[in-house]
Amino acid sequence: MKISRIILLVSIASLLIVLNSCKPKGPVGVTTGDAASKVYVAPGQYDEFYNFVSGGFNGQMAVYGLPSGRLFRNIPVFSEDPMSGWGYSEETKPMLMTSHGYIPWDDLHHPALSTTKGEHDGRWLFGNANNTPRVARIDLTTFRTAEIIEIPNSGGNHSSPFITENTEYVVAGTRFSIPLGDNRDVPISSYKENFKGSISFIKVNPETGRMNIEFQLRTPGFNYDLSRAGKGPSHGWFFFSCYNTEQAYTLLEVNASRNDKDFIMAVNWKKAEEYLAQGKGKKEKVKYAHNVYDERTHSATSKMIEEVTVLDVMEFPDIVYFIPCPKSPHGCDVDPSGEFIVGSGKLAAVMPVFSFGKIQTAITNKDYEGDFDGIPVIRYESALHGEVKKPGLGPLHTEFDAKGNAYTSFFVSSEIVKWNVKTLEILDRVPTYYSIGHLCVPGGPTAKPHGKYVIAYNKITKDRYLPTGPELTQSAQLYSIEGDKMQLLLDFPTIGEPHYAEALPASLIKDKSVKIYPIEHNEHPYAAKGEKMARVERKGNDVHVYMTAIRSHLTPDNIEGIRVGDNVYFHVTNLEQDWDVPHGFAIKGATNAEILIMPGETQTLLWKPLTPGVVPFYCTDFCSALHQEMQGYARVSPAGSNTPLKFSTGDTGGQK
Amino acid sequence: MKYLLVIPLLLLLACGQQQPASQETASAPLGGGQSTVKDETSKPDVVRIAVNSNVHKTLVAALQAAEYVDALSNAGPFTVFAPTDDAFAKLPTGTVENLVKPENKETLQNILEYHVYVGNIREEQIRDGMTLNQVNLDNVTLNVSADGKITINGANVIGSVSASNGTVYVIDTVLLPPDKK
Repeated sequence: MKISRIILLVSIASLLIVLNSCKPKGPVGVTTGDAASKVYVAPGQYDEFYNFVSGGFNGQMAVYGLPSGRLFRNIPVFSEDPMSGWGYSEETKPMLMTSHGYIPWDDLHHPALSTTKGEHDGRWLFGNANNTPRVARIDLTTFRTAEIIEIPNSGGNHSSPFITENTEYVVAGTRFSIPLGDNRDVPISSYKENFKGSISFIKVNPETGRMNIEFQLRTPGFNYDLSRAGKGPSHGWFFFSCYNTEQAYTLLEVNASRNDKDFIMAVNWKKAEEYLAQGKGKKEKVKYAHNVYDERTHSATSKMIEEVTVLDVMEFPDIVYFIPCPKSPHGCDVDPSGEFIVGSGKLAAVMPVFSFGKIQTAITNKDYEGDFDGIPVIRYESALHGEVKKPGLGPLHTEFDAKGNAYTSFFVSSEIVKWNVKTLEILDRVPTYYSIGHLCVPGGPTAKPHGKYVIAYNKITKDRYLPTGPELTQSAQLYSIEGDKMQLLLDFPTIGEPHYAEALPASLIKDKSVKIYPIEHNEHPYAAKGEKMARVERKGNDVHVYMTAIRSHLTPDNIEGIRVGDNVYFHVTNLEQDWDVPHGFAIKGATNAEILIMPGETQTLLWKPLTPGVVPFYCTDFCSALHQEMQGYARVSPAGSNTPLKFSTGDTGGQK
Repeated sequence: MKYLLVIPLLLLLACGQQQPASQETASAPLGGGQSTVKDETSKPDVVRIAVNSNVHKTLVAALQAAEYVDALSNAGPFTVFAPTDDAFAKLPTGTVENLVKPENKETLQNILEYHVYVGNIREEQIRDGMTLNQVNLDNVTLNVSADGKITINGANVIGSVSASNGTVYVIDTVLLPPDKK
């Protein structure tokens, strides 16, 4: 056959294809049949799963129901939330304190639900701050951020907050290596000699959930991306994906993609504990904030801590091993059995699955292909269970069901691929719309996946929703994984940018949800635990209003004697003891937000009046048929005036 | 680069007259891939550049056969080395015809992956002797001559086009990946 004829054939073929692409878009022939009934949760019925979805650059954690995709709540974590007063009320401001001062925003990428014996226990939800390194703990009885700990010696907390089997530790691995130690003012070009990685192991109190940084590992200078703890046979180990093993410090787009393989770092944290017990850790001077919210005082405190214990892995070479992994790995996921570790090189066309047993054998036999800065590099083939061949383009992240299957997201080829962990055989693939990042199977990272669904978190939606200008919503897509083939059931938009998400059965937490804060347990120093205790006190330029709120009035609702230049603290106690009846408080001209006060709680809004006059305030949360009557006035007199301090509710001065 | 390729938009515009989607059925439409997004405003991506070119008909057909059209419409970024129709015509008789057969999809994918780097290498970043590890995990070598001419594995770069999701380098020879050991 002549070449010209081939070209002609191909040209005709391509013309057909191009013409085909000119066909009207819109619904294609493929339909999903019973999809609607599978996601329909009738009015008044509950969803089966809670889905905790990171908000990315909104710094918050969103809570959805599955399978409906309904949004229940957006929990403020690292970012201020004027709606709830998070970061605006006096009580919550300390939660956002850091060694750099108060920070109103961060970038939350990954949730981690607490586990016991590798299974979800429904107690706490952890989240990472990617920018100014921190880890937060959310209490799943209140759905409120209960604690935030800053991570010293970290350049950006991406490899976090992954947890060990029994939530012994939450890890915080630095994404960016930075100069550590005493002299940090060094040329950027001295990356190789001066820049180091740092992995923090945060111990979690099994009773209270309280976090403290038990120790840090000082590691070679490159980028640490994601991680997973071992479980079952691999309990006691942690696995981290590492990229930029080229140690580039500029134009990483090019310079960090040169090596065919980067590393998965295997950490024997039990071994690290042994060295610590022997007193081998070095104390380093650092400064980091530890912020705790107390439900009795309804207030947060922020404490600066000035020391951390460091183990340099160069000095203890049996803590850490490298396993070569193609190519800029992102996901580093451990299957439910704890035996298999899936590396997802985001630029690679194969996916290696490593065997924990083989890794142990290789370590025993010193089956190394070399070392990196003195740390053994295990021979790739010796650690390998096998490769998933041609799985797709741009593998990112893998989760598992309880039937031995894995589900991997592929960013570049926009798809989820289902494959068998043991046989490495590809079983199914479905497109996502479009550009999936992480995915989530309920219980997918645990020893006992709940299965049923896989949810794709997509970066790009382009034509999937009604357009809203240059920026479109990110989205989640829900697929059934109950049958052999995955089935797309539902698209639903998300808040912020979803990175990772986790889901657990609602039954694990729904009955533990707090409904009210008992008023008799309120230990807030400015609480007015009854209208008789409502009052106004002046201390110099500070005016403290001990205010109560109950349907449908504020006490006091008439206040006089405030002067320009005062700091007026409205300490509002919600006297309601009734579920789902918060009150809100706002005052005109306050350069602040509102506060929302839960039943039995006290919250404080600071107001600095600038001009004389009478200023209204009111309840912002529609609470009753007479909500619109729930208001008051504050009289502001000029600085230095003698207007007497007066407060009242219902005092009409004898008028009828 | 001495010149940029000027790309006719005619084909794409011809596709602009889409009918409104009708949706009579209760079943959910799944939708097409990212290449079907209707958008004539944005800067063309690497796929649209190839589709709109009148010298890349074979390449477009090959991308279709390999099912890589949606992937390359993604955010990327990509550096695509795009052989012209003449480059494909230089292959031995029957090669292209064979490659686009369904049973040879993997071979075709491997060849196409050898033409794509994930990352946007702009022309000013190219250095003589630079290697790029392509999507199929094999390396290509770029060379720059004294007079600024760029070659890739000896193939001549005869033009370049900046795309919304990367850069397309037009080349005069199809790159063949090294035999797998």
